[in-house]
Amino acid sequence: MRHKNKFVLLASLLAVAGGVGSNVALADQSTDAIAKYREMIADGNPSELFAAQGEDLWKTKRGPKNASLEKCDLGLGAGVVKGASAKLPRFFKDTGKVQDLEIRLMTCMETLQGIDPKTVVNEQFLKGEREKMAALVAYIVTESNGDKINIDMKPAEMKKMYELGKMAFFYRSGPMDFACSTCHGDTDKRIRLQDLPDLRSHKGAAAGWGSWPAYRVSNGQFWTMQHRLNDCYRQQRTAEPIYGSDVTIALSVYLAATAKGGTVLTPGLKR
Amino acid sequence: MKKFSIIATLLVASSGAFAADEALYSEFKDMIDRSFKTTGIAAKHRMYQLDFQKECSSEKPLSAKALKAIEADQLKTIRYPADGKYSSGNWKEGEKIALSGRGLTWTDKTPYDNGGGCYNCHQMSHKELAYGTIGPSLADWGKIRGSGADNVKYTWGKIYNAKAFNGCSNMPRNGDSDILTEQQIKHLMAYLLEPESPVNKK
Ligand code: HEC
Ligand code: HEC
Repeated sequence: MRHKNKFVLLASLLAVAGGVGSNVALADQSTDAIAKYREMIADGNPSELFAAQGEDLWKTKRGPKNASLEKCDLGLGAGVVKGASAKLPRFFKDTGKVQDLEIRLMTCMETLQGIDPKTVVNEQFLKGEREKMAALVAYIVTESNGDKINIDMKPAEMKKMYELGKMAFFYRSGPMDFACSTCHGDTDKRIRLQDLPDLRSHKGAAAGWGSWPAYRVSNGQFWTMQHRLNDCYRQQRTAEPIYGSDVTIALSVYLAATAKGGTVLTPGLKR
Repeated sequence: MKKFSIIATLLVASSGAFAADEALYSEFKDMIDRSFKTTGIAAKHRMYQLDFQKECSSEKPLSAKALKAIEADQLKTIRYPADGKYSSGNWKEGEKIALSGRGLTWTDKTPYDNGGGCYNCHQMSHKELAYGTIGPSLADWGKIRGSGADNVKYTWGKIYNAKAFNGCSNMPRNGDSDILTEQQIKHLMAYLLEPESPVNKK
């Protein structure tokens, strides 16, 4: 009960900060992102609830094979969660593919638990297996909070994904002729009152990539990076990107490589 | 002899790079093709580019010459109001259209009935503070630019197809791309040009 009250209070405080604060932020662009983040989570980050669920799920035996995910290799060896998401996406030899956190989790769910990836891919955000995915993600990214963004760009497959992601970033199409670069290709721009990071630059990418996945105070939802990208494509008025499709991985590699060296502040807290 | 072989090597090297670019681009197109699906009104063919969209997708700005060619093409798409009445709209309706950013996403039910989303990118009314900054401020547009025939025609054309005046503009082609109707553009004209509109009156 106590916990719940605190939670509601925090949410309303943040809602106020999000509304009025946007104006304040305009006047004070130089506010240090990290200091701000620490201040925001000083009283607890609502993502903790999702992360706790995710940790449970990680350890729960599920699926046709009745196994947990505790042997899942997120890139640092079987079962290692700490620091793993700061180094994703990465090239995995066992699948021969570049994978982000969500795709990698689908691989583990399939191989360890026997859960068909389609049950995630064909689901809607915040529902069923995707809701479980979001909880798992919340748990895993919490364990990289404060680390440096450090993806391994040495494999040729990563270099190629970077080039493809960059092309996707500038790819204009659809009825509004938008690309990612329309909204994220310049410094100090905003849409209505929402600040838009310049994702071409190290600073902007570090702030933008490094603070997702995130808890969204405006709707009380936890969004994964796949969800974030999906909603940006919606605003871009393109067709819908398929969950975990290569374009989403390529863009993630482009963003994470541009952000490399920046600080991971996940789960982020957003409007 | 030596000079010749250097040139030959350069040629081979650059055509090699060209072939690599071509191969990467064809991989890119395949990736786009398999990564998207039709959802609701947002059909998959939205991923296939118009010629000028492709030209405007490079990281580097286009040459002045290439931009001029796009602009000349896009200028031909503009349809001026059939009845010649540019400003027969109502600025209050125009304000609603300018404020509304809805339309054409896969969560919208119909491809019609869209907003202009102007406030996503422009300051307009003196009273509305929630404006974006991707485009320039249009506050006092009518007051500063006047309602002479030239500016009236330009304003219409810019709203109808922004690419006619800046080939790779970030601004959508509201008329050419069927985002807004002729009537909606008339309302926006009133909003931007009439002295009584809060765009021009403090
Ligand atoms: C029409 C505008 C628009 C387009 C196009 C767009 N975005 Fe966004 N993006 C936004 C807005 C607005 C936000 C702010 C977050 C929100 O919605 O609360 C955002 C947020 C983000 C963030 C998180 C930034 C942060 O600091 O929290 C990332 C990363 C991002 N976008 C990536 C992309 C990519 C990649 C593309 C292209 C596939 C893209 N965006 C296309 C409008 C857009
Ligand atoms: C996604 C961004 C975006 C949207 C949405 C947008 N614009 Fe623009 N607009 C721009 C940009 C950028 C310019 C600057 C010139 C250029 O690049 O075309 C511009 C220029 C203009 C100009 C000419 C300014 C000048 O000084 O010549 C007018 C008039 C205008 N916009 C009106 C509108 C109206 C009306 C709407 C809504 C129906 C709208 N715009 C929607 C981005 C946008």
